[in-house]
Amino acid sequence: MVDQTPVIELDSVTKVYRTGAFTVAALRGVSLSINNGEYVAVMGPSGSGKSTLMHILGCLDVPSAGTYWLAGENVSHMDELALASVRNRRIGFIFQQFNLLPSLTAWRNVEMPLSYAGVGRAERRERAIEALERVGLGDRVQHRPGELSGGQQQRVAIARALVSDPDLILADEPTGALDSKSADDIMALLDELHAAGRTLLLITHDADVAGVAQRVIRIRDGLIAPVSELAS
Amino acid sequence: MSWLDTLRTGLEAVRTHRLRSGLTVLGIMIGIAAVILTVGLGQGAQDQISSQINALGTNLLTISPGSSTSSSGIRGGFGSASTLTEADAAALSSKTVAPDINAVAPVLSSSETLTAGSSNWTSTVVGTTPSWETVRSRSVTQGRFIVNQDVTDHTAVAVLGSDTAAELFSRVDPVGQTVNVNGVPLTVIGVLNSVGSSSSSSTGSDQDDQVIVPMTTASQRLFGSTALSSILIQSTSSSTLSAAYQEANTELLALHGITTASDADFTIASQASLVTTATSVDHTLTILLGGIAAISLLVGGIGVMNIMLVSVTERIREIGLRKALGATPPLIRRQFLLEASVLGLAGGALGAILAVVGAALLPHVIGYPIAVSAVASVGALVVAIAIGLVFGVYPASRAARMAPIDALRSE
Repeated sequence: MVDQTPVIELDSVTKVYRTGAFTVAALRGVSLSINNGEYVAVMGPSGSGKSTLMHILGCLDVPSAGTYWLAGENVSHMDELALASVRNRRIGFIFQQFNLLPSLTAWRNVEMPLSYAGVGRAERRERAIEALERVGLGDRVQHRPGELSGGQQQRVAIARALVSDPDLILADEPTGALDSKSADDIMALLDELHAAGRTLLLITHDADVAGVAQRVIRIRDGLIAPVSELAS
Repeated sequence: MSWLDTLRTGLEAVRTHRLRSGLTVLGIMIGIAAVILTVGLGQGAQDQISSQINALGTNLLTISPGSSTSSSGIRGGFGSASTLTEADAAALSSKTVAPDINAVAPVLSSSETLTAGSSNWTSTVVGTTPSWETVRSRSVTQGRFIVNQDVTDHTAVAVLGSDTAAELFSRVDPVGQTVNVNGVPLTVIGVLNSVGSSSSSSTGSDQDDQVIVPMTTASQRLFGSTALSSILIQSTSSSTLSAAYQEANTELLALHGITTASDADFTIASQASLVTTATSVDHTLTILLGGIAAISLLVGGIGVMNIMLVSVTERIREIGLRKALGATPPLIRRQFLLEASVLGLAGGALGAILAVVGAALLPHVIGYPIAVSAVASVGALVVAIAIGLVFGVYPASRAARMAPIDALRSE
């Protein structure tokens, strides 16, 4: 049976930043819905509110107003502790700068979300190696990030995003720090994950990258642009 | 995340920054070693003083002449009066007057130059009675001690301290030899056992460098004075020491015709009061040195805080990442606290080792014993961990408060 609950449901979400005397509305009422198994790209120039949206979707920040349901759970007003748990269980992050810890081997980087979930060490290792094999790095388990190429490092980061079997994979400019060959590899890997039934949300300013997604959401001045504008 | 995982993560962080961790540990290590060593030095000196004072005899009271008051009302210093006599000593020996006094030894002493053949030596000549041996808990290793007959007959005999004997008669058996004091030839009849007390000034004269002569020989043939330098009293047991003190005090006040105790022309000091005085001086010194050492420990602690703050700033991205992956603020705080206490523990353990090594080597250089106690070492370890924790609290809570986005954004 297919789960019909949307993975993401935003209802009139706003975010206002207060810096001294100024208030900046980064999001001015965003509503959107993403279903299980979708591959969605969020596009917009810098300053559009794209990053703010990503932070809220990633449960790294909470909205000023409006409601956010993540896999049916209302996360709009959660405290820091509850948000940490939601991030751990439901979201796999892929960052532009990979954000691997240089002192740890590949599998130790990958197992980190599981250790915060309280999974035992033996099972963590097993699942981390599984995830590394999934991204084609089964022979790099004991390598440190410094011994891997940029593309390989991003694969380790993808393995880390997969290892806890999250509801949503959130990729923030995943190819931004890679050469075009590695970038193509990474995009192909994301495609594979989508084909395997993962829900992916890709945040980018690059139209070519966004083009691989099923659906593109454009954001401008803190609002989602109407579909008509998309056609142009 | 389990404690074990947190500990592993903390240890990895310490290991990753080897040089920095090493320098931080060094600060704590020096502080801990300094504290253990200074406390050990103070303890060692106290032990030495106690043993030296105990070597003077057990359950001992010393009566010294008090001050004399001139007709114009000016009081002299203590010991300026010649108020103690052999009659006082004899009265205290009476079992009916003082049932808690076991033995009494009058002492008439003076520093004199001794000559024997071509060698000469300055030492303390002590005129006393046979009970001195009991009161002072001494014995002779060669020959015999003076007996009552010697006192009665004013015999020209002497018992030498072991160091005195060695100085005067290095190659021959001292017993039977002659030693001259103030031109009076005395026959050496015995040598005292060595109590091993050094020439430390804390206990007064050297117990191994003295010459014991019969009381009467000293007063009539050597010094020409009968005023006693002191009277030594031994109580029957340690529990009767204060009773013996009371009896001696009452009896002497009565004998000297003094009605108000504050006018007493003598003072009675117990060994315990000597120990107390000597150790309290030493104690003050220990506190002073320990205080300086504690400041170095404090500086070490501030070093831990400094390094942890640097570590937090430098690892903002790591903290952000860990938070994004599901680490809660308490977990982050716990991780940094654990790191800080690992630094403290390592510093403490190394400092304790350094102190033990120092305690073994330093006495050869400085000539003082250092007593490193297990209690002090364990205490120092606990303090070291506590320092890590206390000075780690601020950096750790800074790390815990960090918002994950701010942390991730930082380049």
